[in-house]
Amino acid sequence: MKFTDVILQTSAKILVFIILTFSIYVLFAGHNNPGGGFIGGLITASALVLLYIAFDVKTVHEILPIDFKIVGAVGLMIALLTGIGSLVVDEPFLSQTFWYEDLPLFGKTELTTALVFDLGVYLAVVGTTMTIILSIGEDE
Amino acid sequence: MNNLVILPILLPLFSGVLLFFLRRQIRTQQAITLVATTATLISSLVLIGSISRDGIQILNMGGWEAPYGITLVADMLAALLTATASIVTIACLLYTFHSIGEDRKKFYVYPLLLLLLCGVNGSFLTGDIFNLFVFFEVMLISSYALISLGGGKVQLRETIKYMITNIISSMLFIVAVAYLYSITGTLSMAHLSERVALAGQDGLITTVSLLFLIVFGLKAGLLLFFWLPGSYSAPPAAIAAIFAALLTKVGIYAIMRMFTLIFYHQSDFTHTVLVWMSALTMILGAVGAIAYGDIRRILAYNVIVSVGFVVFGVAVASREALTGAVFYLIHDMLAKALIFILGGVIVSIAGTDRLRDISGLIRFRPTLGWLFFLSALALAGVPPLSGFVGKVMILQGGIAQSYYVMAAIGLLTSLLVLYSVMKIFINSFWGETLLSEGEEKSPGKGYLLPGAMLAALLIGLGLGAETVLTYVGQAVEVMLNPMLYIEAVLPQTGM
Repeated sequence: MKFTDVILQTSAKILVFIILTFSIYVLFAGHNNPGGGFIGGLITASALVLLYIAFDVKTVHEILPIDFKIVGAVGLMIALLTGIGSLVVDEPFLSQTFWYEDLPLFGKTELTTALVFDLGVYLAVVGTTMTIILSIGEDE
Repeated sequence: MNNLVILPILLPLFSGVLLFFLRRQIRTQQAITLVATTATLISSLVLIGSISRDGIQILNMGGWEAPYGITLVADMLAALLTATASIVTIACLLYTFHSIGEDRKKFYVYPLLLLLLCGVNGSFLTGDIFNLFVFFEVMLISSYALISLGGGKVQLRETIKYMITNIISSMLFIVAVAYLYSITGTLSMAHLSERVALAGQDGLITTVSLLFLIVFGLKAGLLLFFWLPGSYSAPPAAIAAIFAALLTKVGIYAIMRMFTLIFYHQSDFTHTVLVWMSALTMILGAVGAIAYGDIRRILAYNVIVSVGFVVFGVAVASREALTGAVFYLIHDMLAKALIFILGGVIVSIAGTDRLRDISGLIRFRPTLGWLFFLSALALAGVPPLSGFVGKVMILQGGIAQSYYVMAAIGLLTSLLVLYSVMKIFINSFWGETLLSEGEEKSPGKGYLLPGAMLAALLIGLGLGAETVLTYVGQAVEVMLNPMLYIEAVLPQTGM
């Protein structure tokens, strides 16, 4: 007997976008409010897991042809490079800096290199979580 | 500020992450790993040079001053050990090129080795106790993956034991850090030392110090070594060699740091405990080493004996004994790597590690035989080789402080160690050969370069002891006089 997951799939299509938006919000809010790379990454991963539950591994892989091991490694690399950047300008390792910029939509915004580090953490968390879940899920 | 201090941690970490992108190109992986470890070695050597010129090197990460940020502290002890760790990693790496199968190489064995080196070097260089915990975990998680990689039945069984033991000891580590933080309110080692000295080391702080001793005893195989023989005989020889040479030594280093920098006020109590633990470790390790008839177990128990010996030197805590302990620690990292590699070669040639099934290898493998003989003598501490100097200084230091019984135990276990490795030599190299015509050219290649490199270093360390001892002396100076460390980390004392 074949189940049809119409309700699950339809609500997943909407919910995934809400969860993803919220995870991005949490990632950017991290500097002044609760949030940051780790929790943002976990929320993104939970949105992806919802996709995998509602559809199946093959379908989702067609939509998102990403190797999550590489995502994790890219994240680590970004976090490392922000540290190495401070070596280049002859500051102690992992020094951070910030400046203000007038962005088109947001107005005067504080930009920090700590955000780039957080982005690295975010990608590393997404990559690791999804690698764990998918390698257990695909295991026969 | 000196960014040189971060390089022994950063180089392996960066190249380890880089290798994740090159999973299928094994040749490229090998080349990058070799370049990265060599660069790590060079940066450690440069670091040793600048420490011997200008004293302890400090890096406040992110530019935050000492008790508030994380400080990396490269004193001579840390720099000597990072250099030795890089040498050992290079040697084991050269051996993996031939001895490790394609299946493991494709599943990230090189990135894991580099991350292991990053964790080890980080543990040596950090000046913050929580950061020490983090680097321990970096090292341990890489070692979990390395020990289980390949997925044989024995490996999986031993991985579970190894992981459970280490998870429990890491949890105790966190609890100990929490206690210490609630008593002193700081995590920077220099600041901790100052605060403990200010408060006077009362019963509570001594209890916490014993908790740290249990934690690092579990990591180093000091008395609590029940997990070690099994898990060190499970992985392939090249990986077991790197474990034997590095992992327990980080635990010993942590004991050294803790009990010379922070908890040195109640030495009549804590150091007596240390002496007894080390004596029991030596005895039990030696008993294990002579009891078994298979190569891997004998070598694993030899690791335990040397842990006991170094900690005995730390526990005596005189200038002479500490110099001996540091020297012996450096020697032991090199010697253990060499003998594990050679033991692995014997096992892979004979196809078994039971001594009674191996015989007469010297006929076809004279170089291997004499290298093994040399490393056995170095391990036991025969004069021209490097094991001698450290042993003599530890024993002299012990006798000067009237630890006669312990010194006798130390000498006796040296004899038993010699007996246990000579048993391997005599059984497997002498006698009628059991190898058939076809097996003469059987596997076991690729040991020659790392073997010769390590053997040359062991001889050089023995003959050039005078030169090395000047550097070791600078390391011991800081251990004897914690104010040097504190003043380097906290320039404005009286925080």
